[in-house]
Amino acid sequence: MIDLSHLSMRFRRSVAVNDLSVNIPEGTAVALWGANGAGKTTILRCILGLLRYRGEIRVGGIDARRHGTKVRRLIGYVPQELGFYDDLRVGEAVHLVARLKGLRAANTGEALERVGLPGEQRKRIRELSGGMKQRLALALALLGDPPILLLDEVTASLDAHGREALMQLLGRLSGTGRTILFASHREDEVMALADRVAVLDHGRLVATHAASELVDRLGHGATLHLRTAPDRATSALDALRRSGFVATLNGVGIIVPVPNGQKGAPFRVLAEARIAVEDFDLVQTAHREAQP
Amino acid sequence: MTSFRNVAALARRELRDALAARWFILYTIAFAVLGLAVSYVSAASAGDAGLSGLGRTTAGLVNIVLLIIPLMALTAGAASVASDRERGMLAYLLALPVARWEVLLAKFVGLGLALVASICLGLGACAAVVAVQGGGASAGAIAWLAGLSVFLAIAMLALGLLVSTAARKASAAVGVCIFLWFSLVFLTDLGLLAGAIAFRLPIERLFAAALGSPLQVFKMWTLLASDATLDVLGPVGVYASETFGGRLHALFAASLAAWVIVPLALAVLTLSRRSAV
Repeated sequence: MIDLSHLSMRFRRSVAVNDLSVNIPEGTAVALWGANGAGKTTILRCILGLLRYRGEIRVGGIDARRHGTKVRRLIGYVPQELGFYDDLRVGEAVHLVARLKGLRAANTGEALERVGLPGEQRKRIRELSGGMKQRLALALALLGDPPILLLDEVTASLDAHGREALMQLLGRLSGTGRTILFASHREDEVMALADRVAVLDHGRLVATHAASELVDRLGHGATLHLRTAPDRATSALDALRRSGFVATLNGVGIIVPVPNGQKGAPFRVLAEARIAVEDFDLVQTAHREAQP
Repeated sequence: MTSFRNVAALARRELRDALAARWFILYTIAFAVLGLAVSYVSAASAGDAGLSGLGRTTAGLVNIVLLIIPLMALTAGAASVASDRERGMLAYLLALPVARWEVLLAKFVGLGLALVASICLGLGACAAVVAVQGGGASAGAIAWLAGLSVFLAIAMLALGLLVSTAARKASAAVGVCIFLWFSLVFLTDLGLLAGAIAFRLPIERLFAAALGSPLQVFKMWTLLASDATLDVLGPVGVYASETFGGRLHALFAASLAAWVIVPLALAVLTLSRRSAV
């Protein structure tokens, strides 16, 4: 559905995307995963024709450079933050975007209901909270039921509650036959939405794999919280560090990030050092972010 | 058809935004108050002078138009695209199935209509004062002046939009446009004067140089419209009247039209070649 072939894009001095080729099949949800500056947003902006690029982008078989308007008819886009006429009422915004998408009429109530904004038609955009604005952006993106959704770090500016609400909405969208390409550096978002992950580093595609493999590939599958006798905590910390663990002390005990498949290793290290573990907790680290 | 619908929808939005904006209200009030003051004083001091009163009022209004309308139109154009780019709105609009030229044309139409409204309000109030004071014929001259003011305004708006598409920041675009306004209003007159004296420019070249300035064209055209001759401008005016005669209207229209079309075309080109973010 989306074909990027030898895509390159550079800002004045830096290379934002470097000879990237990837194919996103119809109906799949693909996450562009990487730290800040990896090129995720730039790729989405190139597909939308907002930036000039080298290489070729085809969406639904259409050349995005030559037929940008046609391509954008197939796409619903949700930016990091909705920048639109602030004085516009929510209902007016829906009507305006529907017109610009070439729709004869928009069922405003239905469009807003879909994203959990019923009864907000009269509110002005500037009066909405960050989370409500993003839900409005999603409602606008879904107008006309485009077959492709591009989501650009849509939860980046939201608090935990807003993020959760938006993720629930997006969760309902994945698996509905739409092709979804989204930028994220949050592991929980990738796990919740994506079928596949394209891992980016400094504008280069370094790997593509199933979303379920992300946790394993990231290395640290869980965090181990260990408690020893208080007078043995420093010795335990030293022993773990000597064995290559990035262990730290907090007020209660020792925190050790552990890769999947090696969760028992710290216990073995401490047993060899003759340090008794009094208690422990294992926390699955499912909400981590790509590190810069 | 789709393009027309897009331009109409966005232009309506631009017009509504402009009419509610502080800059528009302040400029319109300033324009109307100054225009009314000039009309009132001119008409009152004319007494029974009739047509000479009309000329005095028009001359006063021309000077007000020359100062305020270019500044208003240039800054309106300058702030539009650049500030949308800064706020991320340009990127959002262009991520929709809308062509860049449609966005620019919509801004031109929407802001242009707002300027027309401002000019009509300002000069309409002046026409009312003149009519109340008994100068019935002046309304026609003010209507001419209004038409030419709209022409000048949209030329300056196109220039402002060109600056706006090229600028990274709205503040920079407005700064450049204020400099342009200052140059057009004050430096062009001085430049022509200096050219005439220092380089002893022949009359035909001086007239050709004046045709290159939209504000000079506006002044000459207004004069031509009210007096039917440019003789009052001296040798250059006599030359223009004798050489071009009835074709002067077309000449002035072509010059101002070029000031609308060329900057607007360059603005479309600039916007289509630049990134939207």
